[in-house]
Amino acid sequence: MPATHTTEKVARPPSAAPPPPVPRPAPRSVRLWRKLTPWLFLAAPLALLVAFTYAPVVNMLAYSFTDWDGVSPELSYIGADNYVEIFTRPELFQVFFVSGYYLAASAVQIALALYFATVLSFNVRLRNFFKGVLFFPYLINGVAIGFVFLYFFQDGGTLDSVLALFGYESDRAWLGTSTSANISLASVSVWRYLGLNFVLFLGAIQSIPGELYEAAELDGASRWHQFRYIIAPGIKPVLSLSVILSISGSLSVFEIPYIMTGGATGTETFVIQTTDLAFRFNKTGLASAAAVVLLLIILAVTWVQRRLVPDDKVDLT
Amino acid sequence: MTLAHPTTVVRRRVARTLTHLSLVVASLVVLLPLAVVFLTSLKSEQEMAKGSRALGLPDDLLNFRNYVTAFRDGEMLAAFGNTAFILLVAVTGTVVIGSMAAYAIDRFTFRFRKLVVALFLVATLVPGVTTQVATFQIVDSFGMFDSLWAPIALYMGTDIVSIYIFLQFVRSIPISLDEAARLDGANAFTIYRKIIFPLLRPAIATVVIVKGITVYNDFYIPFLYMPSEDLGVISTSLFRFKGPYAAHWETISAGTVLVILPTLIVFLALQRFIYNGFMRGATK
Repeated sequence: MPATHTTEKVARPPSAAPPPPVPRPAPRSVRLWRKLTPWLFLAAPLALLVAFTYAPVVNMLAYSFTDWDGVSPELSYIGADNYVEIFTRPELFQVFFVSGYYLAASAVQIALALYFATVLSFNVRLRNFFKGVLFFPYLINGVAIGFVFLYFFQDGGTLDSVLALFGYESDRAWLGTSTSANISLASVSVWRYLGLNFVLFLGAIQSIPGELYEAAELDGASRWHQFRYIIAPGIKPVLSLSVILSISGSLSVFEIPYIMTGGATGTETFVIQTTDLAFRFNKTGLASAAAVVLLLIILAVTWVQRRLVPDDKVDLT
Repeated sequence: MTLAHPTTVVRRRVARTLTHLSLVVASLVVLLPLAVVFLTSLKSEQEMAKGSRALGLPDDLLNFRNYVTAFRDGEMLAAFGNTAFILLVAVTGTVVIGSMAAYAIDRFTFRFRKLVVALFLVATLVPGVTTQVATFQIVDSFGMFDSLWAPIALYMGTDIVSIYIFLQFVRSIPISLDEAARLDGANAFTIYRKIIFPLLRPAIATVVIVKGITVYNDFYIPFLYMPSEDLGVISTSLFRFKGPYAAHWETISAGTVLVILPTLIVFLALQRFIYNGFMRGATK
C-alpha cells in the first residue's frame, strides 16, 4: 500500500496545540499502518531487550528456587534452600569480604582521581600528556592488564626490580598470601579504572565557568578554598555517580582476579564463584540464587543513592 | 596591583613542584609496567633463561622473533579476524537498533510508550554480569552457543546506554525537518533513513568508539560462550597463552603488546572523541 505512506503522521510533543480537525476519517488500513509504524521500529530492540535482559532475570528467579543442574530435563522445587545455603555456608559467604578490598581500593581511586582532575584542571605543563597517560589504562584489554601485572608481581619481576633500585631486597611472593594477593589485585584495579573517574571529574570541573575562579582569585581565595567552594559543589553529581559505579563494580569484580590468580589463595570474588558454581560444578540453582542476591544488593545500593542524591542530572556538555 | 609576599612566592613554587612531582610519579606508575613488558617482548629465550633483569634492556632492540611466535603459534591472526568480524557486526547492529529505538520513542506517540521507556530505563539497572547464569540457557536454546553469533547478539541486545545517547541526539533534531520531509511525500522510514540517521553522526561516532573499545576488550562473554579454540577472540586467545607459554614471559609479553598496540594507535588518533565518548557513555 505505497499510497498510504504519504499520509504518515508523526507524533507531536505533548505541549503542541491540539491537532487540526481531520477533514475526512482515513481509511482503516491507513490508520492501522500508522499505529504499526513505531512498533516496526521497536520490534528488534524490544525483542533483544526481552530475550537478553528480562527473560534471564525472570528465569534466574525461577531457577533459584530449584536444584537444577543446568543440563538434565528434570528439576525439583526446593524452596528457599539455595538462599539458606548462601548465607550459612561460610566459604560461600566469604566472597563478600573480598569485595571489601575492592571497595577500599575504589575509595582510594576516587580520591586520587579527584586530586589529579583538580590539578590538571589548572594550567600545568604537559597537561594533555598527563591526561592521556592517566586515562590510557582504562582502554587496555583486561587480559593484557592481567599479564602485565602477573609479570609486575612476579618473583624478580618489575616490582621487585624497582624496589631493588631503592636498595630494598624483597623476596616475598606478592600473590602468595590471601591478604597480600587481594591488596595487589585491588591495586591493579585502581590502576585500571582510575582513568575513567579522572576524566569524568575533569570534564565536570572544566564545565564550571572560568569567571568563578577569576572572581575567587581576586577575592584572594586559596587553591584549597577554590576546591572546597567551587569545584566540590560542581562535581557532586558526577561524584555520586562514581560512588555508585564503584560499589556495584566492587561487587562484580571478575576479570583481574580470574585472569591473574584464577580465584586461588582467597581471591575468589562473587562473580568468579557464581560462574564456577554454574558452569564448572553445574549448580545452576545455587548459582542463580547467588546471582539474585548480587542483583538485589546492587539494586538496593542504586536505590539508596537515588534517595540520597535525588537530583541525578549529570550534565557535562 | 599588589606585590606577593616573598614567602608566598616560595610556597607557591614548592607547591607547584610537588604537584608536578606527583604527576611524574603517577605517569611512571602507569607507564613502567607497560614499558617493562615491551622490553621483555624483545628479549630472546636465552636471555630470559640467563635471568635477565626485569628492568634491563634486551640485547637486540630489534628482536621481533617473539612476535612471530605469538602470531603463528598463538593463533593471534585468527583471533584478530574473529574480533574484527564480531566488532563490525555488533557495532553496526548497535547503531541501527539504538537509533531505530530512539527514533520510535521520541517521534511517535503510541499506546504503551511509557511502558517501553520504562522497560529500557529499568534494564540499565541490571548489570549483565549478574544474569549470565540464566542468559546462558537462553543463548543455548537459540543454538548460538559456541558460535560467533552468541557475543554478537549479546552485545547488540544488552546495550541500553547507546539507546540513551541516540535519544539525546534525536531530541535535538528539530521536528520541523521531519514535517518538511513529510510534506514532500516522505514516509516514516524515509525520514529515518534520509534525515534522522545522517544527522545522528556525532552520536554514531560516540557509540562506535565506546562500543568498539568495549567489544574489543571484552573477555567474559567470549570466554563463556565460545570455548572452541578456533573461535578465539583476542582476549580469549591471549588468555590461552597462559598454559603453553607459562614459563615463556617473552612470548606472553609479545602477545600482550600485540593486543595493546591497536588500542594505543586508536587512542592517539582519536583522543578527543574518546574522552567525550566515555564521558557521555558513563553519565547518561
